[in-house]
Amino acid sequence: MKKQLVQNLPALVLFVAVLLLWEGAVWALSIQRFLLPAPSVIVEAFTSNLARLTHIGWFTTKEALGGFAIGCTAGIVVALATARWTTANETLMPFAIAANSVPIIAFAPILNNWFGVDNPFSKMMIVAVIVFFPMMINTVRGLTSVDPAMLELMRSYAAGELEILRKVRLPNALPYMFNAFKVAATLSMIGAVVSEYFGGNRSALGVFITQEAAQFRFQNAWAAIIIACIIGIAFYGIVLLAEQLFIPWHSSLRQENR
Amino acid sequence: MTTKPPASPPTVTPIVQLANVGMTFHPETPNATVALNNIDLTMAPGEFVSLIGPSGCGKSTLLRLIGDLLTPTSGEIRVAGKSARQARLDQEYGMVFQAPVLLEWRTIVKNVMLPMELRGASRTDQRARAQQLLEMVELNGFERHYPWQLSGGMQQRAAIARALAIHPQLLLMDEPFGALDEMTRERMNLELHRIWKQTGTSVIFVTHSIAEAVFLSTRIVVMSARPGAILHIANVTLPRDRDITTREHPNFFALETEVREWLRKAKGYEGAT
Repeated sequence: MKKQLVQNLPALVLFVAVLLLWEGAVWALSIQRFLLPAPSVIVEAFTSNLARLTHIGWFTTKEALGGFAIGCTAGIVVALATARWTTANETLMPFAIAANSVPIIAFAPILNNWFGVDNPFSKMMIVAVIVFFPMMINTVRGLTSVDPAMLELMRSYAAGELEILRKVRLPNALPYMFNAFKVAATLSMIGAVVSEYFGGNRSALGVFITQEAAQFRFQNAWAAIIIACIIGIAFYGIVLLAEQLFIPWHSSLRQENR
Repeated sequence: MTTKPPASPPTVTPIVQLANVGMTFHPETPNATVALNNIDLTMAPGEFVSLIGPSGCGKSTLLRLIGDLLTPTSGEIRVAGKSARQARLDQEYGMVFQAPVLLEWRTIVKNVMLPMELRGASRTDQRARAQQLLEMVELNGFERHYPWQLSGGMQQRAAIARALAIHPQLLLMDEPFGALDEMTRERMNLELHRIWKQTGTSVIFVTHSIAEAVFLSTRIVVMSARPGAILHIANVTLPRDRDITTREHPNFFALETEVREWLRKAKGYEGAT
């Protein structure tokens, strides 16, 4: 614990220094509030609006989580199919790669039209499509990059494809999948907030940010961004914890002094 | 320990029987490579046979053919009186590779339990048997360790324990100690010899080391360079029980010389193709 504190001390010092510099610069150069509010002003806006901010934050979190769940599930299912059947691989992979090069956020207005601007499902779909590709491609890599000697070993025990999948391919894929979960966690929060910029429910984080900005209450917009950051970091942290829980054996998580 | 009922007397079924076995990779293409030619070998249960020969002579290929991990292009292979395929499906043999090939997400005890799991043995049986095997390979106390926490020699001992988990009649070993240092290797040789005596299992052992082959085997098969063929079979005229003094036995040096001379001839075969 103490070691951790010492390790993180430089970053903490830098963080505080930047905040102080920011605060000082705003006052010293008398930068106007709509250009850049001082940290103290943002904190004030944050604490006085906390109830509303947590409410809208939770609304957007649900969209992000929903999209994360749909996109990751779809990615894993397609990955299992492509890793198992070469025809599925040849059929689906070109589409997956093409889909990845499309700026998916550009579809936000169209999905709003399909599912309704107010409907959180339109945002979930955007998030799902964004997280799908990293999830799928990483899972495929994990399922297929198995030590050939392990497959030979399983064959020597007359193991079937399903047993090889369960006992070798899936555990082998877990570290790759957790990397994808980490990427997807960050992407899903970004996707949810940005897709709300194109219109959405009044109690959504992205909608709140655009409205407050339009009315020159920039300190409130900043306060909402802080909430978005906190949620994003928390989401990422939960994935990290799950990783430690599920794959403690992986080389990136080994405690050498055990 | 339960053992399989003995084959019907009076004739003992050979554990491995190779009749005119040949293997060609990429047949009917310009890249066709004849790896093995006319291999005939009969091995009685309980034998310890080493395969030795120049690099690329098809020793490992022959081992994989016996294990039905490859299919021969000619000839017939019988293992424990069955076709090689049936023997594999019945889990008649255990295999040990040059690398330990332990599943890194499983603890040592779970790795040893793997073949029993695939056979559908009960959880308590699996645990008891794994415990017994880990004691045999002197890894008790390391059950809950992960493979990376063990040294190379210990990992290979775990792999041997795993190969023995299902009481195989035959152990196929592909240069199992090739990656170990000389000291560890000699200790592992002693341990393998003890395990072989204790279990009564037959062993086919691929190696590059003449001393290792002489120390462990009852017979040594010397193979020629590609295409691999059997050049010579040396009967190891040493007491069946081996120990640290075996390397000083008067016959030991003579046997090493015999194998070495045949290996020298093996090199000469290279021009024959």
